[in-house]
Amino acid sequence: MLSIKNYVRAQSLDEAYALCQKKSSAVLGGMLWLKMQRGGVDTAIDLSDLGLDKIEETESEYRLGAMVTLRELEKHPGLDALTQGAMAESVRHIVGVQFRNLATVGGSVFGRFGFSDVLTMLLSLEARVALHGAGIMSLEDFAASGIRRDILTHVIIPKTPRKCVYLSQRNISTDFPVLTCALSRSDEGVLCAVGARPGRAVCLRGDVAKLADGLVFGSNTRASADYRREICRVLIRRGLERLEG
Amino acid sequence: MEIRLTLNGKKLAADVAADELLIDFLRAHGCLSVKRGCESSNCGLCTVLMDEKPVLSCSVLAARANGKSVYTLEGLQAEAEDFVGFIADQGAEQCGFCNPGFVMNTIALLRENPDPTDDEIRAFLAGNLCRCSGYEGQLRGIRAYLDSRKEARNG
Repeated sequence: MLSIKNYVRAQSLDEAYALCQKKSSAVLGGMLWLKMQRGGVDTAIDLSDLGLDKIEETESEYRLGAMVTLRELEKHPGLDALTQGAMAESVRHIVGVQFRNLATVGGSVFGRFGFSDVLTMLLSLEARVALHGAGIMSLEDFAASGIRRDILTHVIIPKTPRKCVYLSQRNISTDFPVLTCALSRSDEGVLCAVGARPGRAVCLRGDVAKLADGLVFGSNTRASADYRREICRVLIRRGLERLEG
Repeated sequence: MEIRLTLNGKKLAADVAADELLIDFLRAHGCLSVKRGCESSNCGLCTVLMDEKPVLSCSVLAARANGKSVYTLEGLQAEAEDFVGFIADQGAEQCGFCNPGFVMNTIALLRENPDPTDDEIRAFLAGNLCRCSGYEGQLRGIRAYLDSRKEARNG
């Protein structure tokens, strides 16, 4: 069971950033994954007082605060319209409403979990992340990076017109996915993100069906690498059909 | 550290440890309807309403409830009584252990969506696991309650 020595509600991003430089500290998102860890945290840093719980809209983008919950993503009319329902589809299988009322965008993205539906979906939208220390960078670069001691403040989704599809395969409803697949088509072509391979989601651009054959898949208790490869082909084919339709 | 919250409509101040979970805090304050189940944020047994939203109290630090309003089934008996009889009539509970969490999430569902379809009920309650019943009884019970309410409204 996780033990925490000190709980701090940071009153500024600078304070949170300074506190999180220590290896023994942890930034709290929804705390759902952190709670499953054994061992101890010296200082748990809560960002709840920093106003990061809003979805802001500008002419060109949506800015999701790190403390926005997955349930808020699911129900947001603007994101629903932008993604034609794909955003809601990407999170609706995640455990239950009570879980999604706690799980945060920041926790889901900063963790860069291999099984993350959210990471897969956001990659397909060419999202960027804003970090207090490292500044703004593409989510794709962030996902591939080893950045650990920083505070993710926002995820930025451009309002680029695109057609979106989200598909996932699960052994049983509400379980972790066996494979996640998000496709989008804009003027610049088709972008496909594939996650739960079971490694972190990665992006493919161009002839995504062909490129997917070159992806590395692995085995775990949920599925074998071969099964995932076959499922990936199927989901990409279905996704491309829906982009065409 | 000291937290101040409103628990079932009553203001409360208490000292909590940094890693004390809300479920432990609530049970220590007499809210024994809040059940400990999977402890991996999956089963929904420990569901409470925090600032009107259903959350898993096994996964919330008590410290995070500071300044918030928390309701457990102890504080929502009257609202629950409206529909729990319909669920019981369907024989939907066997051991009953999942029931408080199920009822709390149903209250949240009906507040958010007073006239849900069967698919909407299933989707909203997907995070409440029941290892006895197979869920159909609960669905029939909620449907029967909604139908009876509609009939009463239409005279």
